[in-house]
Amino acid sequence: MAMTSGFETITGVRTEVLSGGQGRSLLFLHGAFGLRHHEIFLAALATAYRVIAPAHPGFGETEWPREFRTIDDLAYFHLELADHFALDDAVLVGSCLGGWIAAEMLIRSTSRFSQLVLVNALGCKFGDRLTRDITDIHALPQAEVDALLFDEPGNVQTDLRTLSDDDLTAIVRAREAFTYFGWKPYMHNPTLRRWLHRIDLPTLVLWGSADGFVSPDYGRKFAAEIPSAQFEEIHAAGHFPTIEQPQALAAFIRDFAENRGADAAA
Amino acid sequence: MKVWHFSEMAYPPAWDAGYELGSFRVMLPNQLCEPETVADIYHRHFDEFMLCDELGINIMLNEHHSTATCLNAAVPLTLAILARITSKVRLLSLGSPIANRPDPVRVAEEMAMIDVISRGRLEMGLVKGAPYEVAPANSNPGRLMERFWEAHDLVLKAMSPQTEPFSWEGEFFHYRKVNIWPRPWQQPHPPVWITGLSPHSGRAIAERRHVAAALLSGGIAANLFDAYRQRAAELGWVAPVDRFAYCVLVGVGQTEAEGRRRADQVAGYVRTSPIVAEPFKNPPGYAPVAANVQALKTGPTQSVVRVQTVDGRTIDPTKASVQEFMDSRTMFAGNPDQVFEQIKQFNQEVGGLGHLIIMAQGGTLSFEDTCDNLRLFASEVMPRLSEIEHPENPYAERAEKAASAAQ
Repeated sequence: MAMTSGFETITGVRTEVLSGGQGRSLLFLHGAFGLRHHEIFLAALATAYRVIAPAHPGFGETEWPREFRTIDDLAYFHLELADHFALDDAVLVGSCLGGWIAAEMLIRSTSRFSQLVLVNALGCKFGDRLTRDITDIHALPQAEVDALLFDEPGNVQTDLRTLSDDDLTAIVRAREAFTYFGWKPYMHNPTLRRWLHRIDLPTLVLWGSADGFVSPDYGRKFAAEIPSAQFEEIHAAGHFPTIEQPQALAAFIRDFAENRGADAAA
Repeated sequence: MKVWHFSEMAYPPAWDAGYELGSFRVMLPNQLCEPETVADIYHRHFDEFMLCDELGINIMLNEHHSTATCLNAAVPLTLAILARITSKVRLLSLGSPIANRPDPVRVAEEMAMIDVISRGRLEMGLVKGAPYEVAPANSNPGRLMERFWEAHDLVLKAMSPQTEPFSWEGEFFHYRKVNIWPRPWQQPHPPVWITGLSPHSGRAIAERRHVAAALLSGGIAANLFDAYRQRAAELGWVAPVDRFAYCVLVGVGQTEAEGRRRADQVAGYVRTSPIVAEPFKNPPGYAPVAANVQALKTGPTQSVVRVQTVDGRTIDPTKASVQEFMDSRTMFAGNPDQVFEQIKQFNQEVGGLGHLIIMAQGGTLSFEDTCDNLRLFASEVMPRLSEIEHPENPYAERAEKAASAAQ
């Protein structure tokens, strides 16, 4: 089912939102690339859910209010977005940066959601002060970054010179905002781990096996901090199973939301 | 026209390693840096700067980090030494990278101390800093200019005389009691300089009436100064030439050949300093969105920033010849008469210049050659600079109209 693009005003911020499908609500929070390359994944989810996929402030065509300076602002923004859409008993799915935002939302309030799926999420710190958990992509050439992020880097490579100004603007804005919110501390919130126990929802942590940016081992540690979390690897995918294995990922999410997630809650 | 001498204090012994790595900055490991050699380099530069004090050539210093192209990692330290060991010339920091500094009040304290130690000889540059400086500072490349202007406002307020401590609760900086001791010698604060690349910067600097400085590219200088003059006119004042500074490589010799040979060695600085590993050249958020969109449209980024010659050719500064550098006004070179004529012509091309910053040392130019370069410039070129007539400010009439309309 194709998604429809529109705009909503969320807490005063003009927000780009893709939506489609019917049924139980599912809020998808995207990662570093924004909503680009997510058509197949979102369409697959929309066969079973009312899917809402906003572009975060600073991404896509969503405004970036100058007072939004930390991940906290993105978390509160999306909690207000959940209020705006009157979500109830919804599934929350977050990938990469979106997984970090989802965790930050739910340590504050789980009231509008009943299940959580994290996909190659960022946001936690496990290593010591000399050991990075998350590769410093700002110190690597683009070709090496692509090789870390994808099982098959060819899956997303496009000749940027062929894209429209709007598409290029979205790419540039996404790079800037992703960098900004994850600059220092690098891609994590030092106290997030301390509060993850507050996420009292059935949770599935999924991880592309070939992620060289943030490893499956990190995912296992992340899952271990959330009381009822299960962990699964997605094969033939790197940091973005949403892009490299969209159908398989959607099937994992449906299976969890409809079967296993309920068991865990019981 | 005031003359300044500037050197980055390069470290040539590590250059082969820099070429091999493809980066002279950020990634070049410091085990390649031999402290004994560095001490010699520092001391010879202080000797050259002492000579400048004798010759009446003012002194400029800047700072870079994690690099074999500039050993001056802390501009307040070297300027503090110069404040005591020189006695005549003015001392320019160009400058403090205040958007990369967590503590602007500390910058104000450092600069105030230098101003007082030198008994009022400091000129204070506040700079955005190059893109590859955000990694060593771990300074967020996003909203960097917003941070820059808040730090700028805070530094100037901290330096100005206060009847009581003030608090600062800004977007980026927070202080409970700002009350620096000593306050600077020059009141309310030393003259402020800002470096710029774009017409947008020229306008912003004009709005504050600071000195606008362009470095090593005639095209950048002309556009920056023109934007400054226009903005000043819109605000009702005619920007005098002492608001405009240009930094250029200089080689002067008894003969043209000697001058060009010296300039060629000084150019070791521009031939190495742009060689930076790809990820540090343009961190996301450092450049505006529109500029980055344009960069993506033109395809894979060029390995180094290119420089335009006055007749529109593009040159690669890592490989350029003396003649190509002269054609882009990155360099003035030759015998004293030739160098004087080049300065005179450049002054015309940019609409009038108040400050000429010469890099009389750079790269591998020896101590003896540097001293001779400085002496020749001071004795044969500098005395004639007062002969140079400045072009008329083309916006004078507009400035007058704006001023009378405002009354």
